[in-house]
Amino acid sequence: MKITQRKANNVTILDLEGKITIGIGDVAVRDAVQTAIAGGKNILLNMAKVTTIDSAGVGELVSAYTTVTHRGGKLKLVNLPAKVNDILQITQLITVFEIHDDEMEALESF
Amino acid sequence: MSFETRAFLTVASQFASIELVQSVVDDLLTEIDLTEESRHWIGLALREAMANAIKHGNGVGDKHVEVEVGFVPEEVILCIRDQGDGFDPGGVKDPLAPENLLSSCGRGIFYMKRLMDEVDFRFVENGTEVVLRKRIAPESVPEETNT
Repeated sequence: MKITQRKANNVTILDLEGKITIGIGDVAVRDAVQTAIAGGKNILLNMAKVTTIDSAGVGELVSAYTTVTHRGGKLKLVNLPAKVNDILQITQLITVFEIHDDEMEALESF
Repeated sequence: MSFETRAFLTVASQFASIELVQSVVDDLLTEIDLTEESRHWIGLALREAMANAIKHGNGVGDKHVEVEVGFVPEEVILCIRDQGDGFDPGGVKDPLAPENLLSSCGRGIFYMKRLMDEVDFRFVENGTEVVLRKRIAPESVPEETNT
């Protein structure tokens, strides 16, 4: 899992690349979100290059969402690959996250 | 179990073992001409079963996880065995219940059941075995197992 952090206005963008799976990717996402929270309350996760996500990875997304929300910020997702979309759909989390298809549109929504 | 075993793997109870096993299983599924899409979802169910075996069954450490891969006509079968104390499947919470929707855990078995056609747990003296079954198109079955 490779994670790159960018900043646009008041939003921290995390570009995620690879697998968000138990033991490796899930921990990396947790650490990156914790770092991002320290620098600002709004986070956009760019999922475009995520190849696989398992239940542990989904759990980390949910944890990140609740942590950011409880701190008064917003966490949104953009560019969901079809397989990631399917996984969130199966557990009805598609209704929890605000998901965008376009980064500019996502940034304007904060 | 009555199926032709194509692979029998014994791996360390470490999360890194999941990558190894999934890679081997993916190669076997490629042999029977499954689509990338089908291989992805079977692989994900396998990952969930292994993660459960390591995290909740054995714990990360010195124990082992066994994985058996087999084919019968029109079906792929994966058996994952740990050396843990077992659990109560009836005690697993519904991840779709409103009170559980934002839980950070508890979705693994649910995903397995949604991605595979059958998921059975067997609790034996020295561990737990989960059997995952996925039906596949008849033309995908290798000739030697289709007799």
